[in-house]
Amino acid sequence: MLESFIVPLLAATVQSGTPILYATLGEILTEKGGVLNLGVEGMMSMAAFAAFFVTMTTGNPWFGFIAGGIAGVFMAALHGLVCITCLGNQVVSGLALTILGVGLCNFLGTPYIGTATEGFDKFSFPVLSAIPYIGDIFFRQDALVYVSYLIPVLFMFFINRTSLGLAITAVGEKPAAAAAVGLKAVRLRWIALLGGGFLIGLGGSYLSLAYTHLWANGLSGGRGWIAVALVIFAFWRPGRAVFGAYLFGGVMAFQLRLQAVGTHIPSSLLLMLPYSLTILVLIFSAMRGRSGNAPAHLGINIEPEG
Amino acid sequence: MRKVLLMVAVAAMSVMLASVAFAGAKKDKVKVGFVYISPVGDEGYSYAQDQGRKAIDALPWVETSFVESVAEGPDSERVVLNFARKGYDMVIGTSFGYMDPMVKVSKKFPKTAFMHCSGFKTTPNMSNYFGRMYQARYLTGIVAGMMTKSNVIGYVAAFPIPEVIRGINAFTLGVRSVNPEATVRVVWTKTWYDPALEKDAAISLLDMKADVITQHQDSPGPQEAAQERGKYSIAYNSDMSKMAPKSHLTAAIWNWEPVFKNAVEQLRDGVWQGNESLWWGMDQGVVDIAPYGSMVPQNVKDKVAEAKKAIVEGNNAIFVGPLKDQNGKEMVPAGKSMTDPELLGMMWFVEGVIGNTK
Repeated sequence: MLESFIVPLLAATVQSGTPILYATLGEILTEKGGVLNLGVEGMMSMAAFAAFFVTMTTGNPWFGFIAGGIAGVFMAALHGLVCITCLGNQVVSGLALTILGVGLCNFLGTPYIGTATEGFDKFSFPVLSAIPYIGDIFFRQDALVYVSYLIPVLFMFFINRTSLGLAITAVGEKPAAAAAVGLKAVRLRWIALLGGGFLIGLGGSYLSLAYTHLWANGLSGGRGWIAVALVIFAFWRPGRAVFGAYLFGGVMAFQLRLQAVGTHIPSSLLLMLPYSLTILVLIFSAMRGRSGNAPAHLGINIEPEG
Repeated sequence: MRKVLLMVAVAAMSVMLASVAFAGAKKDKVKVGFVYISPVGDEGYSYAQDQGRKAIDALPWVETSFVESVAEGPDSERVVLNFARKGYDMVIGTSFGYMDPMVKVSKKFPKTAFMHCSGFKTTPNMSNYFGRMYQARYLTGIVAGMMTKSNVIGYVAAFPIPEVIRGINAFTLGVRSVNPEATVRVVWTKTWYDPALEKDAAISLLDMKADVITQHQDSPGPQEAAQERGKYSIAYNSDMSKMAPKSHLTAAIWNWEPVFKNAVEQLRDGVWQGNESLWWGMDQGVVDIAPYGSMVPQNVKDKVAEAKKAIVEGNNAIFVGPLKDQNGKEMVPAGKSMTDPELLGMMWFVEGVIGNTK
């Protein structure tokens, strides 16, 4: 049971959770600076395509991985142009970004559907993969999963221990006060938004470079929306985001495995699990009043002085 | 009273109109418009339909055009209507959900011929067509049954509807005809095309010791999973050997050319009819299995060739009693065959399938 079911399940959990983890951390960074970005789904789609395309043309998946991040930055810049520069509505702009990203990547990607590329294959991490169980679960993955283990740690250090991270948090909480002590509020928002866009883009890269090695429309498959919901579940904390991403990854992997074992539970109910969980999580967070953890100025634009 | 009379008259007229058979004159040139659910791409369902289109487009008197990625529902009605308005002689819609929109448009354009794939509604100028894919599934089942070592075969399934269930059952009957020990495990994804999810589903089956994977969806996700694990895979819709050359044993494939060719020839000769349901099989070449991968040994090929001959000659209807369901209950008694309506409504798994139909 342990070796034939639970260990493979947990290994699959880590893989399913990884793209969501990148995207959730990206959205947390974005929101820490005070910008609500509902365009994650579209950003991941565009990033997945950019990653695929650059890998196909250069033959180097690491270039593709970074290209996905850059695509995320470009998409985030569009959002910033509307919301930070032109003071447009953040919700509307984010939704538009999703529609744009999903549509554009389908349009650009149509000639390449089913085209396979280089990508990241699983390999056993030296030494660590020999640890019983833990090695099988965490250290027989692809390179992008290993990278994803570092990101939450770096993220926590950045947001809590560096002056830039603290300044971004201050701008998300009280931009006026931040500006009063001489912080450049608008510039900090841009940094958080573009940095977050880069991480969200990396999540998209994961889909076309590691999850599958080929291009297909609709690769994102709703994972961007799950990431947006997970930010609330995580109370804007990176540690909880890791837990949340793996929880969702686990539920996705679990329902397929339960079917493979042979169960009498209707598959429709099992397939609903990740989405039911999303709703439960939102209700639970609201009941505990923890949405009060949100940056106080989340979604509110910074009006220019005078 | 006058109003009532008027209504009766209108009703009578519409009945008369509806009963008029499709009156086609002989034509020198036939223009056909195709509507596809997904991009034509490199592989899969729409690709297979488009191969059929290309085959008839090569005829000097046929002109074709197509619209891809057309969503079911209102979008498809607009596209079908547009073809009819532009004076196309025939509109072919290839997805189940185009059925009602096509019925609607066919009534407005009684001089245009409509062909709908996989549905059940017809009108005087609309017929439907599909193929007996279960025959090809049965043959791929024989391949799987002979190639498996673990006696566990994984089936990544789309939606629990009769078409898919019939395919799983025929496949399983093929497997068990050569290997009564083997079982077929089913995982539903409730998708037609989601490469990541379908790949995950295949991995979950591989983790359950499956060493041959087959699928119903369009994406090569399951093929990729099998190849990564060094196991075997059997594709569907079209040959996917390009995606997974090391694992691809064969595929259950469509060949729509005979259906389309027959339709345009009838249209040219002025003898095409609406209200028909074509359900052609391997004998007409509509379904077949793809060329084998190099790992398939000769004895497997011989066994399949033998079974194919029996199917083509009408000596193996596949769903022939005694058939038991997965709980061992007898569903079809010895000596009886399932009828077409029974096959079209099949919602239970045969013995040897592990999974549930909900």
